Amino acid sequence: MNRKIKEPVSFLLPLIFFIAAFLLFPVLGTFWNSLWQDVPFMARRFVAFDNYVGLMKDGQFWQASFFTIAFACISVSLEMAFGMITALILNEKSRLRGALRGIALIPWAIPSVIGARIWQLIFRYDYGVANITLKAIGIGPVNWLGTSAGAFAALVLADVWRTTPFVAIILLAGLQTVPDDVLKQAQIDGANIFQRFHRITLPMIKPIIMVAILFRTIDAMRVFDLIYVITGGGPGGTTASLSVYGYKFFLTGDFGYGSAVSVILFIIALTTAIIYMEIGKLRSQ
Amino acid sequence: MARLLLENVTKIYGRDVFAAKDISFEVDPEEFTVLVGPSGCGKTTTLRLIAGLEELTSGEIYIDGRRVNDVSPKDRDVAMVFQNYALYPHMNVYDNMAFGLQMRKYTKSEIRESVIDAAKTLDITELLDRKPRQLSGGQRQRVALGRSIVRNPKLFLFDEPLSNLDAKMRVQMRAELARLHKKIHATIIYVTHDQVEAMTLGQKIVVLKDGEIQQIADPITLYKKPANRFVAGFIGSPPMNFIRGTIKKDPTHISCFCTDLVLTLKKEFERYVGRSVVIGIRPTDFSLVEGTQIPIIVDVIEPMGNELYIYGRCGSTMLVARVPEEAEPRVGQMHVLRVNPEKLYIFDEETEKAI
Repeated sequence: MNRKIKEPVSFLLPLIFFIAAFLLFPVLGTFWNSLWQDVPFMARRFVAFDNYVGLMKDGQFWQASFFTIAFACISVSLEMAFGMITALILNEKSRLRGALRGIALIPWAIPSVIGARIWQLIFRYDYGVANITLKAIGIGPVNWLGTSAGAFAALVLADVWRTTPFVAIILLAGLQTVPDDVLKQAQIDGANIFQRFHRITLPMIKPIIMVAILFRTIDAMRVFDLIYVITGGGPGGTTASLSVYGYKFFLTGDFGYGSAVSVILFIIALTTAIIYMEIGKLRSQ
Repeated sequence: MARLLLENVTKIYGRDVFAAKDISFEVDPEEFTVLVGPSGCGKTTTLRLIAGLEELTSGEIYIDGRRVNDVSPKDRDVAMVFQNYALYPHMNVYDNMAFGLQMRKYTKSEIRESVIDAAKTLDITELLDRKPRQLSGGQRQRVALGRSIVRNPKLFLFDEPLSNLDAKMRVQMRAELARLHKKIHATIIYVTHDQVEAMTLGQKIVVLKDGEIQQIADPITLYKKPANRFVAGFIGSPPMNFIRGTIKKDPTHISCFCTDLVLTLKKEFERYVGRSVVIGIRPTDFSLVEGTQIPIIVDVIEPMGNELYIYGRCGSTMLVARVPEEAEPRVGQMHVLRVNPEKLYIFDEETEKAI
């Protein structure tokens, strides 16, 4: 190899090493594991795609996939909506702006397991704040965590509460890139506040919105801690996300099957990311 | 085209920051009025007040006799060109120009016609499909102008529109602006900190400092009869020389006794004997042949081609003067300047008003 090739390669090597060690190796390792039957007290046996065939016939798997996608779609939509509203409020000039920005970040700053535990207490049937409030205004009590619809709603609520600040901060950064003069110009051009938002602000921060959606969607699809703490996947496995579902097999020692679930989740998340990035590319062209 | 009237316009930020203090002036239809002053003088604030982008603290603004204090920017029928153009980055040039008309519910064919018309006026027809980021500074400037003329508004408000262009482009666009003004018979209010722009473009110039009007006049009056020391120093390049002194009577003349020199004044200043004053001399007003002699030691020579600017000192008094090449000044050597008493500007030392 001559110097011309050696030099750039030597610069790239550390990066390649890190990507290999921390990304490629685990991903490929998991995929490799998923091709084996690997349960306690039995010899490890190569089964090729048997685990995947099993998954296709597994009702619980389909249930978990459906739940994961529904959870991601609904909670990310709500987070984007509330995040945008919060960002717009935080972007307004006000004496309280600094304080408000700090306060808005609190849910994001609380460790997720603690946040989840708080929500679990809020949704308690007997003494949870949610039901006490509902009773006070004459509705309920609602069996939040005992019904699949209630548990789903509770999880979405908790996730929206926790990650709206994250979305708001990203969108706020976007809003701050929109020059004041451009909005003033639109005002002189006769655009009212809604037209200014829809025709000027929104298209200008679209790339940042795409990033926020991408981050949030991938994150929401991998949701684990929230569900693990609040519902444990219940009632009756109806709120098990793919992560929670896959985790259970690792817990019982069925590593091959659990790995297969993980690989499927990885493929779904990767596909989503690629789709978003392609949409972003098309838009910017 | 409209008449604009400002009456005692005041804008206070917070509790006591006067951005504009008691501003009153009138702009006649089709007049090119320039608001000029150093940064922070309140010129942009005044412009924004006229546009309706800022709220008045007190005073009145009339456009064509209609009080517009509480009228929203879009209903004032004004167009504004911002310093950084404020083009919509996600729209192509056509949509940038069409946006204002779309918001005002013009039909598609009307919009098309107006945009093409304006594009022709500014020679940007071939740019209509481009995005702002694909344009050069000068082209963006043209698009911003095009966007303002497309709607045929009553008033044009320009906020330092040329300051982001390079020197050559600026001169070119300046001429183009003057031409555009004549072509579309626009009433223009133009904000700049550049006195050359003000002098070359303005029919009427409003000089501002610290939120207050210093003088309103046409360019020649402003140059020849500045109302106070500030205007005298601000208009003209290089700026006027100022020398402090006291008016006294000697046996033959009325003279101003300064620290390092004595300047002969016109006879009519006899009634100011005893007054402390500041004498102003424009660098271009020094003469070769007649007037009071001022010997200076030359520090710096700036050749400008057919003439030279020399920077020197007479004792501790710093002076700058324009001299012809033939005068052949030398750095470090003495050079004698002469100044005619007729050419002196005299300001009261305390009030800084012209005497």
